[in-house]
Amino acid sequence: MFQYEFMTNAFAAAGMVAVVSGIVGYFLVMRGQTFAGHALSHIGFAGATGAGLIGLAPLWGLVGFTLAAGLVMGLLSERISNRDVAIGVVLALSLGFGLLFLHYYTSFATQATALLFGNVLAVDHTMIATLAALGAITLVALAAIMRPLIFASLQPELAEAKGVSLRFISTAFLAVVALAVSACAQIVGVLMVFTLMVGPAAAAQRVTTGLWAGLMLSAALALGEAWLGIVIAYHTDWPVSFCIAVLSALAYFGALAIPARRAQHAH
Amino acid sequence: MSVIELDHATLQIGGRAVLKDISLAIEPGEFIGVLGPNGAGKTTLMRSILGLLPPSAGRLTVFGHTPRCGDASIGYLPQLRTVLPDLRVRGLDYIASSMHGERWGLPSLSAANRVKIEATLDAVGARDLANRALSDMSGGERQRLLLAQALIGDPKLLLLDEPLISLDARHQEVVIDVIKKVCRERKITVLFSAHELNQLLGAIDRVLYLGNAQAVLGRVDEVVTAPVLSRLYGTEIEVLRAGGHIFVLSRGRDIERAEHMHDHGHAH
Repeated sequence: MFQYEFMTNAFAAAGMVAVVSGIVGYFLVMRGQTFAGHALSHIGFAGATGAGLIGLAPLWGLVGFTLAAGLVMGLLSERISNRDVAIGVVLALSLGFGLLFLHYYTSFATQATALLFGNVLAVDHTMIATLAALGAITLVALAAIMRPLIFASLQPELAEAKGVSLRFISTAFLAVVALAVSACAQIVGVLMVFTLMVGPAAAAQRVTTGLWAGLMLSAALALGEAWLGIVIAYHTDWPVSFCIAVLSALAYFGALAIPARRAQHAH
Repeated sequence: MSVIELDHATLQIGGRAVLKDISLAIEPGEFIGVLGPNGAGKTTLMRSILGLLPPSAGRLTVFGHTPRCGDASIGYLPQLRTVLPDLRVRGLDYIASSMHGERWGLPSLSAANRVKIEATLDAVGARDLANRALSDMSGGERQRLLLAQALIGDPKLLLLDEPLISLDARHQEVVIDVIKKVCRERKITVLFSAHELNQLLGAIDRVLYLGNAQAVLGRVDEVVTAPVLSRLYGTEIEVLRAGGHIFVLSRGRDIERAEHMHDHGHAH
């Protein structure tokens, strides 16, 4: 299957994005902000369709909107007490706007499916270069804030007492998530970013409690799921995103079963 | 020199004076029980001592100077939040996150710091918690872990905000005993906030009772009296002493217990 350029492109793009998603997702799960990540991708949908409407590449609309939304969410998060409701309302509103933009730009409709569910087999060299840059920026930014991010996530009160700005960390982190979501949406689509950003990270945290071990496992699981998903799709002709979603779910529920078994032995 | 000194200090949150015109001094090595109804300012006072909330009037000094964030000589055990996220992180990494956690870049744990963490876990008898996930720990184990962490860096002052909350009586005693032992050995000054006085009677030197924006510091028999507490609670209070226990009653009801029942994790 590697004789086809679209296949090597798909492996390269999915591989890079999966590693970034697995690493960023690990912190998303640790902070209990998976819903925020989900919402960011939906907001990105409105951005992508809106960009199409004014003749820009959807990816830049996606990046712009998720980044702006991530920053706003980070700045407001301390003030909004019932965050889930506020995020949910914005999420629905964004999908609504996405629909409106599609309505006015009908020739774009063919791309809507690709945006919603991903189309990794259509990735070209330009997109790979863009994703590589996006991924690199994401990882560098995350590495820069990782230490205070972990502190602020695990022990917010103490971190604050030691002079860590919780608001800055939370805002910077959501900006990082926004970039990762934008990249991830190119592979599995805005509706399915959970498969690479949350599934592998959650599975990794069930299996190991060590920080570095968890991060590595999360990235490895995401990479394995993405690549294996493409292989399965190649041989079955099923959509790639479907295959990745199935693998992601299998890994997560498999990981859930492990501690349950251990606990039974202990009793 | 006093460890903590308040000189006509007023602590304000959102325009409301939580504590008003307070003057008191806490001496080195003292074990102070901080009591009072919800919202009386127990957490607020600790946050001020940490340098997170400067007094709106008057002066507050810690070790003789204005407190600043990140002072290593103060150990802090924040009140446990009601809703704990499902933290699948082992004890070692949890404590490691707090060591220079304010620095930028990637986290790293030097061999020296690892030894420090193991030593502090040993000191509170919690070595086995290093490799267990926080989500698998009981409330008592979690408090032990937090206490171990608060002791890192050899603090001279320890602020413990409701470390007994959501623990059963047996675990409460264990936690108090560990704190008492370690702090006596290391000559650490302790501020220990709690809902119930009786558990602390054997450990504390003096009690700091907060209420009605006021504060009274003194020996238990001076402070826990009907006239003083009636003033702090703003209602008629009876104090009964029986069998080495003290019961604070309002209209015949045990006020501490009643509060403990329907309060968990209100930060004030």
